[in-house]
Amino acid sequence: MKARVVVTLKDGILDPQGNAIEGALKSLGIAGIDSVRQGKIFEIELATNDPIAAEGLLRGACEKLLANQVVEDFEVELR
Amino acid sequence: MKAAIILFPGSNRERDALRAVERIAKAKPSLVWHGDHALPAGTDLAVLPGGFSYGDYLRCGAIAARAPIMDAVRAHAGRGGLVLGICNGFQILVEAGLLPGVLVRNANLRFICRMQHLSVERVDTPFTSRYAKGQIIKLAIAHGEGNYIADAETIARIEGEGRVAFRYCDARAGREGNANPNGSVNDIAGIYSDGFNVLGLMPHPENLIDPLVGGTDGRGLFESLAGFTIAVHTTPSFGRSC
Repeated sequence: MKARVVVTLKDGILDPQGNAIEGALKSLGIAGIDSVRQGKIFEIELATNDPIAAEGLLRGACEKLLANQVVEDFEVELR
Repeated sequence: MKAAIILFPGSNRERDALRAVERIAKAKPSLVWHGDHALPAGTDLAVLPGGFSYGDYLRCGAIAARAPIMDAVRAHAGRGGLVLGICNGFQILVEAGLLPGVLVRNANLRFICRMQHLSVERVDTPFTSRYAKGQIIKLAIAHGEGNYIADAETIARIEGEGRVAFRYCDARAGREGNANPNGSVNDIAGIYSDGFNVLGLMPHPENLIDPLVGGTDGRGLFESLAGFTIAVHTTPSFGRSC
C-alpha cells in the first residue's frame, strides 16, 4: 500500500520561504496569486494493506518524527 | 567536573567545545558517540555541539534528537544534570523536547555568520554566574535556522519564569533596527529549562575564549560552569537531587 504524508506550517506561523516564493512568482508576472505557503510531501510505501493499521502507523510516524507539532500540521493520504 | 561532548554525524564544533570545556571549565571532557546508550559514569555536563547533524535533513536537529544517546541525555537532565546545547545543539534540544519552542529559518532567509552583541539576562544560573547582570557580550553567530518561535502561551510562560538566558541587542543594549539578526521572538538568543540546568543558545561562546581569535566574552560561561561544580562539590545540599 502506498501513502502520502503532507506536512504544512500551522496557520499563523511565519513562512519566510513561502513569502520569497510568492514574491518570485509575482516577479515572473504570474497573476492571481494571493499567497504561498511551503510544506513537505513524503511518499511512503507500506508493508500492510490494512488502511486502519496504515493510518495508525503513519500518524505515529508523523507525531514521532515527520512533523514538529509546535509549528507543523500533517495529513495522511492512503492511495 | 566531567563533561561529555556528544558527537553526531555532521557535528563540526565538537573540538571547539571540548577545548573550552577543558581549558576554561577545567573539566575532563570525553567525546561520546550518538549511537551510545549511556553517558560516561559521573558525567556532570553534557554538551551538544554545533554543526549540521544529519545534514539538517527533515528539520535542523530533528534526526539527532531521536538518536539513542538522547534518552541518556534526557535522563541526565531529569536528574538535574547540566546540559549545554550550542547552535545545532540548541536545535537538537528543542526537537528532543528538552526545551520548548522551535528554531526556524532566519527571517531574511540568509545564513548569518557575524559577530553579535547579546545581553546576559540573569547571572544566578550555573552557566552565567561569572557575568554581570545586564552585561553586554559579543559572540559569534553562524546559523541559517536561528529564528526562535513558540506559541504565545509558551513565550509568556518562559518570560514569566525568567527563562530567557540571552537576548540579541546592539553594542549599547539597544534592541531596535537590525540588532535582532534572525527574527527571533522577543530577541531570544538562548533559553533555560524550568530547572535552569539545561541551556540552549544559538551564539558560540566556545569560539570566544582566546584573544587570538577576536575576543574572550565566551569565557564567562565556561568559568561559571567551573565555579558551579565547586559549589556543588563543597555544598552537598545544593544542586542536584540524585
